[in-house]
Amino acid sequence: MLEISGVDTYYGSIQALHNISLHIGEGEIVTLIGANGAGKTTTLMTICGVVPPHSGSIRFEGKPIHYMPANQVVRLGICQVPEGRLIFPQLTVMENLDLGAYLRKDKAGVAEDLAYIFELFPILAERRNQSGGTLSGGEQQMLAISRALMARPRLLLLDEPSLGLAPIIISQIFEIIKQVNQHGTTIFLVEQNANQALKVADRGYVMENGRITMEDKAENLLANEAVRKAYLGI
Amino acid sequence: MDGFIELFLSGITRGSIYALIALGYTMVYGIIELINFAHGEIYMIGSFVALVVASLLGLAGFPMLGILCVAILVATLWSAAYGFTVEKMAYRPLRDASRLSPLISAIGMSVFLQNYISLAQTSDFQVFPYLIPEFEFLEPIAHILAPSAFLIIVTSLLVMLALSLFIKFTRLGKAMRATAQNRTMATLLGINPDTIISMTFIIGSALAAIGGVLIASHTGVTKFNIGFIAGIKAFTAAVLGGIGSIPGAMLGGFVLGLCESFGAGYISSDYEDVFAFAILILILLFRPSGLMGRAPVQKV
Repeated sequence: MLEISGVDTYYGSIQALHNISLHIGEGEIVTLIGANGAGKTTTLMTICGVVPPHSGSIRFEGKPIHYMPANQVVRLGICQVPEGRLIFPQLTVMENLDLGAYLRKDKAGVAEDLAYIFELFPILAERRNQSGGTLSGGEQQMLAISRALMARPRLLLLDEPSLGLAPIIISQIFEIIKQVNQHGTTIFLVEQNANQALKVADRGYVMENGRITMEDKAENLLANEAVRKAYLGI
Repeated sequence: MDGFIELFLSGITRGSIYALIALGYTMVYGIIELINFAHGEIYMIGSFVALVVASLLGLAGFPMLGILCVAILVATLWSAAYGFTVEKMAYRPLRDASRLSPLISAIGMSVFLQNYISLAQTSDFQVFPYLIPEFEFLEPIAHILAPSAFLIIVTSLLVMLALSLFIKFTRLGKAMRATAQNRTMATLLGINPDTIISMTFIIGSALAAIGGVLIASHTGVTKFNIGFIAGIKAFTAAVLGGIGSIPGAMLGGFVLGLCESFGAGYISSDYEDVFAFAILILILLFRPSGLMGRAPVQKV
């Protein structure tokens, strides 16, 4: 579904990504794990067109997308839940969700998705008229995921969904990620919380200093000695 | 008592105009953090476009109120086109430059537009035709509220109400607010920031143009440099209300208008402009976020 090959990305003169290649198949949950500053967020921003790659190619269903501006990439069905959630704090929960469906014209489908989201996260239905900034961290993460789902993405990119959340909320969020995937959305999950991420994922990539250093099935990575030492703290 | 009411109404009248112009400053600032110093010139251009339209239609013998409506409409569209073009030519190429560059570009644009109108039209005062009919129901209070002042207040309030509803409820309005809060995130939702920025300039310019036509038909004159002082005062109003805040710009406009009016009435009209700028300095010293300024956004 998504095919990245040989991508280099620069911030000014500093190279953040070195020759990144990875692929995501339809229906998969693929995770990208690595330490802080390894280049995981940059990878997502490069896919989304926010930081275009310097060289290499990104194809979505065979179509090159690496020259597209960010707001065009969304049209193809690639949505990102960015790190730190970035919900609009002064907009209400409902307005945040409406904006998720900004590009959609099918009113019936939007209403259907909204009902599905309120089923997934009843708390959001309860707080729909509250401004986003008044939600707790966990609720904001739920809102950020929901806002992306309102676009009915084919590929959902999640950046550190567990960041700064209580353990009980984290398991809830990962449970939802599995459900969303079973509902038919392909997921690319970027995480520092390697343990949780590898448990829900089908495959995983390990990133170090802007390079992909390992690629394997998630269960193999979980069992891998080097990964366990470096990222699982065991 | 009549004196007080008269000063109050005159304050609200000028406050309406300040508010209309201040909205353009505040909306643009809210989205791209630029003080658009050429904004006052758009207001001035609005009055000149209306003058041309009114003169043409007046020669053709149209009724007054009809002329006023057409003049406002044409001036609004024309000025919106100016605002759109100014952003495209003077600010968009500098979007990624340091913040000082578009600011200088804005000042340059302001000087250019003033001189352009002064050369293309005239550098003298221009008489603006009287287009506002006598409203019969205003007769009992005609000595404290001129029909033109009445029209300024009513039109401004209606326009501000329409703007508020647009921002609050429409898809584009929500997208504008989202872009103001976080442009990258808005882009990630498929919102094209260029469209939103252009729309902001178009709406802001249209509002300023309405203000320009109204004030010219109130005072009966216009001049190539009326945008300068009006622009700076409206900017003061925007800062007073909290730059970036739409309700703040409206409130700031009215508060500034009232302060000026009461100051001029009870202290001395010689110091009229001093009050406005004293307020600007005091606000910047003691409450830089303004009356309704946004509290710093908390990112969790």
